[in-house]
Amino acid sequence: MPEPKIIGFLCNWCSYRGADTAGMARLKYPPNVKIVRVPCSGRVSPELVLRTFREGADGVMVLGCHIGDCHYSTGNHRAAKRMPVLKKVLEYSGIDPERLCVNWVSAAEGERFAKIITDFTETIRALPPLTEEMTWTKG
Amino acid sequence: MTQTSHEEVRIGVYICHCGSNIAGTVDVAEVSRWAGLLPNVVASHDYKFMCSSLGQELIEKDIQENGVNRVVVASCSPHLHEPTFRNACARAGLNPYLFEMANIREQDSWVTVDKGEATKKAQALVAAAVGRVAHQQPLNSLFVPINPDVLVVGGGITGIQATLEIANSGRHVYLIEREPSIGGHMAQFDKTFPTLDCSACILTPKMFDAGNHKNVTMLTWSEVEKVEGYIGNFTVTIRKKARYIDVDLCTGCGVCQEKCPKKVIDDVFEAGLGYRKAVYTPFPQAVPKYPVIDRVNCTFFQKGTCKACEKFCPTGAIKFDQADEVITVTVGNIILATGFDLFDARKIPQYGYGRLANVFTSLEFERLTNAAGPTGGKVVMRDGVTVPKTVGIIHCVGSRDKNYNNYCSAICCMQSLKFAHLVKEKTGAEVYQFYIDMRTPAKAYDEFYQRIIHEDVHFVRGKVAEVTDAARNPGEEGKLIIQVEDTLVGKQRRIPVDMVVLSAGLEARADAKEVALKFGISCSADKWFIEKHPKLDPVATMTDGVFVAGACQGPKDIPASVAQGAAAAARVLSIIGQGEIEIEASTAIVDELACVGCKECITTCPYQAIEFLEDKQKAHVIEALCKGCGTCVGACLSKSISLRHFTDDQLVAEMIGAMWTMKQFERAELEAQNA
Repeated sequence: MPEPKIIGFLCNWCSYRGADTAGMARLKYPPNVKIVRVPCSGRVSPELVLRTFREGADGVMVLGCHIGDCHYSTGNHRAAKRMPVLKKVLEYSGIDPERLCVNWVSAAEGERFAKIITDFTETIRALPPLTEEMTWTKG
Repeated sequence: MTQTSHEEVRIGVYICHCGSNIAGTVDVAEVSRWAGLLPNVVASHDYKFMCSSLGQELIEKDIQENGVNRVVVASCSPHLHEPTFRNACARAGLNPYLFEMANIREQDSWVTVDKGEATKKAQALVAAAVGRVAHQQPLNSLFVPINPDVLVVGGGITGIQATLEIANSGRHVYLIEREPSIGGHMAQFDKTFPTLDCSACILTPKMFDAGNHKNVTMLTWSEVEKVEGYIGNFTVTIRKKARYIDVDLCTGCGVCQEKCPKKVIDDVFEAGLGYRKAVYTPFPQAVPKYPVIDRVNCTFFQKGTCKACEKFCPTGAIKFDQADEVITVTVGNIILATGFDLFDARKIPQYGYGRLANVFTSLEFERLTNAAGPTGGKVVMRDGVTVPKTVGIIHCVGSRDKNYNNYCSAICCMQSLKFAHLVKEKTGAEVYQFYIDMRTPAKAYDEFYQRIIHEDVHFVRGKVAEVTDAARNPGEEGKLIIQVEDTLVGKQRRIPVDMVVLSAGLEARADAKEVALKFGISCSADKWFIEKHPKLDPVATMTDGVFVAGACQGPKDIPASVAQGAAAAARVLSIIGQGEIEIEASTAIVDELACVGCKECITTCPYQAIEFLEDKQKAHVIEALCKGCGTCVGACLSKSISLRHFTDDQLVAEMIGAMWTMKQFERAELEAQNA
């Protein structure tokens, strides 16, 4: 089974820095997730996530600041409202909504970041490659 | 900086070894070789330390001599060295926004065990950056002029300090205070720790200076209603509540207060221990000297007759028909110094405050010991005459307690020690301190603690379980019994005392969240205002031009508050000194042809930075207000709004770069397995 390919959209202020904190603490986690830095989780449009699946990603992560800690005060509220709707769209399109991970990591939470990455990578490993899943759905 | 979007893209890629930090895990030579084969890449190097001057010169040389017009550095986190490399690009004449960084240290070499995997991940991250940088556009920062006037909100010691610093430098300050006088909590205190100097003696001269400074417009009995604008250009709407006093005529003689027949319990300044009149100044040294009429308690306002004050006022300054006045001021910067509220000790019923007469709060005790207070400085019990023979002081009331507030209120240990000293000095009573941990970590604080220990104060280490008047033996009759586990002895103790003082913690103002919203800043879960950086930027906030100082940001004693007030003033003055300010170049922009005028972006924007052009029926971004979060982009249904430097093109190219690389490796692996 090929290794899952995952893209993570991380906000610049909390989750991206949380990833840096994990690095500074030399915490080890699987290399599958490639990080794309965005200013805020609110910048992540549903189309961007869909396009990422379209390019063959097996999983997509959207990580932002904890609710209440957003650098832009309420940008992550938008992400928190948008992403569950997107999950429904994914499900409707035959993509397991588990493949989209939406979570919150502060700049100090290196351990939490490493755990979220590890857990999500495991979740995706347990699923078939996205291309196969799509084929099955088409039936 | 002459790049246009049409010229040929020539990318230089630089892979940093970071000593062995990266090179120890990632095959940097291989990444560099491979990056050289990517589209548009004309130069690819690996180097020991890219951030060194030699590393930076490598980039500058390629820009100047080899026509490189896009730069990718694969090294550490952009939070560390993005400014370094952007500057290197700018020095060589390349717009700094044509630079991109791949984080192969914090997010790769330091977190990946397998060297082969780490190298592949570095390749994917470099390909992503190469893909992205090809789509990047030069951006120029926007500059806006700074209005040199400043608004200081809150007239406590912090706000006064900030006001004086700025006013003394020749800049104009609007100092706004919601109470009738400036002075804040410090005006209520008698002595200040650890020096025991008289609070009023050191505060009132500063109050006078702030109130009478030629560069200060003091607006007391006033509140901020609305804040619009951005750093350098705020418009603030202020409600000046009606005083019912014509301040141009009032001389502050005090006859009105003398003649007013209506006595009111003063639960603000006197903490409920004393009285004031319905027309009053909170205390004799109040600044300004003009009183206010308390409409709710004034006999004239309630019953329609009285007007004793008006009858006796020698200058005819009483104006019952005065109305609230709403004014607007324009300022360039704002300092919030709104202070704290005292923890309401009634929330801990087992300590008996409000039920047991001789349980006092710390603020009540401050008023008791204050020579200008309701008892003239005599420490007496609630009956007003009996001097206590034993006093118990309980620390951490509402602090360091998961049922109330988790944090340490920072001032209570020292305040309690000060109380112990004052009780000893004024009454000679036995004093018991009940503490969890003694925290005295500032200049001359621990020395003060040692001094109090030697004044024969009893220290009991343990959290008080209960204060009760239910005696179990004749010795406890008529006393308040403090039930506590003495953790140093390991025993339960019952200590009978005459008087209990609760060192109540500090809490954020009850309306802190509304205030934060008004000024566009954030609150922590405990409702303290959040600073930009807890260590390196303690008085700035995430909203440029809005600063926080003193206890509104977290519990603080007087020295720390004064330091922050001065610090905020220094930050503001440094901004004013710049004359104009550079604002975020990564801002949103609307494609007016595509915009359908649905206004979705306007409701989404956290900064009210998008306006609606009624004539065109299109959205329009006010660049100076936009912080570049891109939340509008995520919301736009017609895909007509984009965020500079984080455009869909750029993010998709970055994502595709990473995906393409991962797919390449996957294919190669499959082929190897099949072969």
